[in-house]
Amino acid sequence: MRILVCVKRVPITGGKMVLTEDGQALETKHLGFTISPHEECAVEEAVRIVESDGGEVVVLTLGPAEAEEQLRDCMAIGADRGILLETETEDWDAQATAGAIVDSIGDDEPFDLLLFGNESADAAGYQVGIRVAHALGLPVVTGLKKIEPRAGAVRCERDVGGARDVYETPLPAVLTVLEGLNLPRYPSVPGRLRAKQKPLARTAVTPPTSQLEKLRLVVPEGQGKQAEVLGEGAQAAPRVVEVLQELGVA
Amino acid sequence: MNVLCFVEPDDELSAQAIGFARSLGDTRAVTFGGTYQPAAWARALAAHDADAILAAGSDRGNELLAHVGAILDRAFAANVTSIAGGVVTRQRWGGSLLEEARLHGSPQLLTVAPHTQPAAEIGAVETLSAEDDGSPKVLERIEEASGGVSLREAKVVVGGGRGVGSAEGFTVIEELAGLLGGAVGCSRVVTSAGWRPHTDQVGQTGTKISADLYVACGISGATQHIAGAKGAKRILAINNDPEAPILAVADYAVIGDLHEVVPAISAELRKAQG
Repeated sequence: MRILVCVKRVPITGGKMVLTEDGQALETKHLGFTISPHEECAVEEAVRIVESDGGEVVVLTLGPAEAEEQLRDCMAIGADRGILLETETEDWDAQATAGAIVDSIGDDEPFDLLLFGNESADAAGYQVGIRVAHALGLPVVTGLKKIEPRAGAVRCERDVGGARDVYETPLPAVLTVLEGLNLPRYPSVPGRLRAKQKPLARTAVTPPTSQLEKLRLVVPEGQGKQAEVLGEGAQAAPRVVEVLQELGVA
Repeated sequence: MNVLCFVEPDDELSAQAIGFARSLGDTRAVTFGGTYQPAAWARALAAHDADAILAAGSDRGNELLAHVGAILDRAFAANVTSIAGGVVTRQRWGGSLLEEARLHGSPQLLTVAPHTQPAAEIGAVETLSAEDDGSPKVLERIEEASGGVSLREAKVVVGGGRGVGSAEGFTVIEELAGLLGGAVGCSRVVTSAGWRPHTDQVGQTGTKISADLYVACGISGATQHIAGAKGAKRILAINNDPEAPILAVADYAVIGDLHEVVPAISAELRKAQG
């Protein structure tokens, strides 16, 4: 099976959102980068499927030159090669991102399965996978926590508050997944070394006019509350229980 | 302005979305009968002549509007908190950051961010039918055996983070949760380490809780976690670091080692409960 996994480079935000002076982006000077958690599970799932049934895992991202780091991370846990759609423009909207993905895979990259995170950690548009599916005329199932490939098809499950909905779709298909689908492995040292040698194709891309045009980012109010300190260590317990009783939970 | 709003019956988030929709213009509330088939339902929604198509920012709402956006080749703004003059404010990072963006084109497609609007009476709802277009649909629903209190609906959640230190360390968290009739939660660090299943994770990529009280033990308070915890009415943080970011969102704090503080609270509760 040939599987494409689409991932996005996002900052590791830690405890506080700090913006650049122009309010256009997160201040990332002191931050590391990763991919969205749902996508980590998408990569892991693709690698497991290919480990068991054979095939190839291709990982694709649209982002700055530095996003090579995220593609190499994915290759370190088993993806076979990478595609970097390279752009200096941050924050492509979802429509433009989907368009660039569709253009790049075109006709000469026939994938059986295209995996996406259900939504990115940062922009959270909830739509790139669905747009790619429509553009390619493929079926799509979203929000999955279980995927079982069968002959020419895939059975999948989605949590719906206390129950699971079951879908089945013929391949090729687009699936979007959620964290919890699996527990992603950590890359091994040999895995990291091998990743450096794996093929990575770069294509420069430029964004079309945005239909959801970002004007600025705003940190919501409500942070910076001052917690009432009830005490220190074990001797705070009686005061804690008083508060629990006041709140009507004990 | 003609507004079409997809609603689900007896759904709190739909009740919030319909109020938002009515503030934009004349609103038709619609739903579908029969099996959930997102692409087919979206095709039926997209066929309507509306100036705006809305739904709740729920799993289904976001999915349907994304399909509508793809079918009509229009922008779709997910999890909007307000709209004025074609400029939407929408949630990024699970609500830890807001974006102001100009939504071009017509119809305007958007979902309403959960718990940012008052609920309204849903009122009369038209049931539409969608033709089966062969796209994926729900084949069957498997009900989960209900084991204990669900994290999403628990009145009290006791959560553990990196500070718990191990899977076994959760014994004290489980004990306190049991005494309070609550559910056990955890941070992403904990599920990534394999100490707890992902179903226990509170966060942007886990469960968003709505408890009366959240007790956050040994949790620093990364934005990823807060995105799932901020629905709690009150937060009590137990942390040995008085500078931890969790204290900036908590109502109460105990400074100290959770391995001493949590068992002491459990003991005190037992005394109080007789």
